[in-house]
Amino acid sequence: MKKTLLSSFVAFGLVVLPLTAQAGTVTVKGSDTMVILVQRWAEAFMKKNPATKIQVTGGGSGTGLAALQNGTTDIAMSSREIKEAEEEKLRARYNTPPTAISVAKDGVTFYVNESNKVDALSVEQLKDIYLGDTTSWKAVGGADAPIVLYSRENSSGTYVFVKDTVLGGDDFAASAQTLPGTAAVVNAVAKEKNGIGYGGAAYAKGIKELKVKKGNEAFAPNAENVKSGKYPLSRDLFFYLRNKPAGEAKAFIDFTLSAEGQAIVTQVGYFPVK
Amino acid sequence: MQEQDLAPPVAQPTLSPAARRRQWKERAIAGLITVVAFTGIAALVLILVFVAKEALTLVTDAAAREEASFSKMFLPQVVRKGKPLAYVWQPVSSVPKVSMIPLFVGTLKTTLVSMVVAVPLGIFGALFAAEFAPRRLREVLKPTIELLAGIPSVVLGFFALMVMATFLQDVFGFTSRLNAVVAGLGLALAIVPVIFTVTEDALTAVPRSYREASLALGATPWETAWKVVLPAAAPGILAACVLGFGRAIGETMIVLMASGNAAIVSWNLGDSVRSLSATIAAEMGEVVVGSPHYALLFFIGVELFLFTFVLNMLAGMWTRKVIQRLKGGAG
Repeated sequence: MKKTLLSSFVAFGLVVLPLTAQAGTVTVKGSDTMVILVQRWAEAFMKKNPATKIQVTGGGSGTGLAALQNGTTDIAMSSREIKEAEEEKLRARYNTPPTAISVAKDGVTFYVNESNKVDALSVEQLKDIYLGDTTSWKAVGGADAPIVLYSRENSSGTYVFVKDTVLGGDDFAASAQTLPGTAAVVNAVAKEKNGIGYGGAAYAKGIKELKVKKGNEAFAPNAENVKSGKYPLSRDLFFYLRNKPAGEAKAFIDFTLSAEGQAIVTQVGYFPVK
Repeated sequence: MQEQDLAPPVAQPTLSPAARRRQWKERAIAGLITVVAFTGIAALVLILVFVAKEALTLVTDAAAREEASFSKMFLPQVVRKGKPLAYVWQPVSSVPKVSMIPLFVGTLKTTLVSMVVAVPLGIFGALFAAEFAPRRLREVLKPTIELLAGIPSVVLGFFALMVMATFLQDVFGFTSRLNAVVAGLGLALAIVPVIFTVTEDALTAVPRSYREASLALGATPWETAWKVVLPAAAPGILAACVLGFGRAIGETMIVLMASGNAAIVSWNLGDSVRSLSATIAAEMGEVVVGSPHYALLFFIGVELFLFTFVLNMLAGMWTRKVIQRLKGGAG
């Protein structure tokens, strides 16, 4: 019995381990924001290059960058820039500086329920709301109702982005409910009339996207405003690699940056880099 | 004196080759079972050692001691300038805040709600099935409820998240859609079958003579069930409750999906909660191996283990007392 156990372990190893290192397979892991986009890229790319397999899995930007450090993925998707500590670890382990490639642009969007009267908020107001200082919609021109905060878990790149750019590095209010995945946040806000949540622009369906005020003007998270940088919460979506792209990974990345690849970005709901 | 009366040395019985073979086979099987059992026990012990070892970083590593000292875990901390001291769980932060108190409160709230609902439901359900239900009905009832125990918790969590949350908010007007009540009721769905099955077994194991004696003395069936059968089965019923409690405190998926995961210290059942187990599940994804945050998650695991261990011990002690009293009464 022990022998069969042992041999099944060995067989498991023989079958599973090579999948990560096998020629003709590129693994892409990380940001949940980017999964829907990269999946589409992978499908289009594999249709053209049937010999190459692209495996795309989510889990959060941090998960992808951790996998890059552990050598279990070829490309890490990340909706935030790499942290210094992460970069140092990669450099120490692989002796090369990691490569960052911006493959698309996104406007981090704040969602509210469709029945909410509020259309636009300033970054300052969003900060007060998410720090827990503003607790009623009345204070920002809405109904007299408590604000219900939705957030992401701390392995999410979007969480880190909002924490850094909106909250200035401070912590989210303790009352913020953390949900796994942007889709869960959208679903929660769609059902909760006093809710507010955030996530990538491509997910915004069934809820109202808030415009972000800058001075007297308010900017919607659309292609024009994100590309011009007028929308204050725009960000790049990145691919991170251990070193310079080569072989099939390079072919895939070139495809994503091609006119065809960037057209897919627009279809999915994000914004092209070029 | 009468040495010759001593029995002569017993001659070794000669075994037929077939019997000898059988003896060897049996010895081999017994040996194999022992090996498997000890492997199981060893694996359990090793898991405990591993979890405790990873958590030990909090004591041995200076940086971890600094970031997650016991005073920071259990005493109120400075959160932001100009704000009162508070218990905050924000381990991913420029200044990590690692208070365990909101997690304890969250775990306690969901567990309490689930036990308050599941214990009476499970026990009365089992009492009905064992004492009052017609045989036909009982034969359908028991397997059905046992089947319910097999529903994957992620399905129950999904149901709680999508259906129960909206319904309960409409009925009670909760501020947060996902809260302790939703998570607790979701948990209760998972625990009721456990409590029911074990309690039912305990009740049916009560000897028939108890019931007959009680009825013969003129007690009604209800009095018999309530005052004779139920107390006689008390140790088994307590075991059922402890089993249910263990599942409630350790259950992760339902709580992760339906509780809202906000680490708030409040006794309002309508607020979102974050439980110990859901915290491990939500944060294991990104945590850097060997970091203070990593050790903290393992420490939470140790805490969960300690809770169930202590409860089991208390229940065991109580059971022994009850059994002694029952025996004493009988004698």
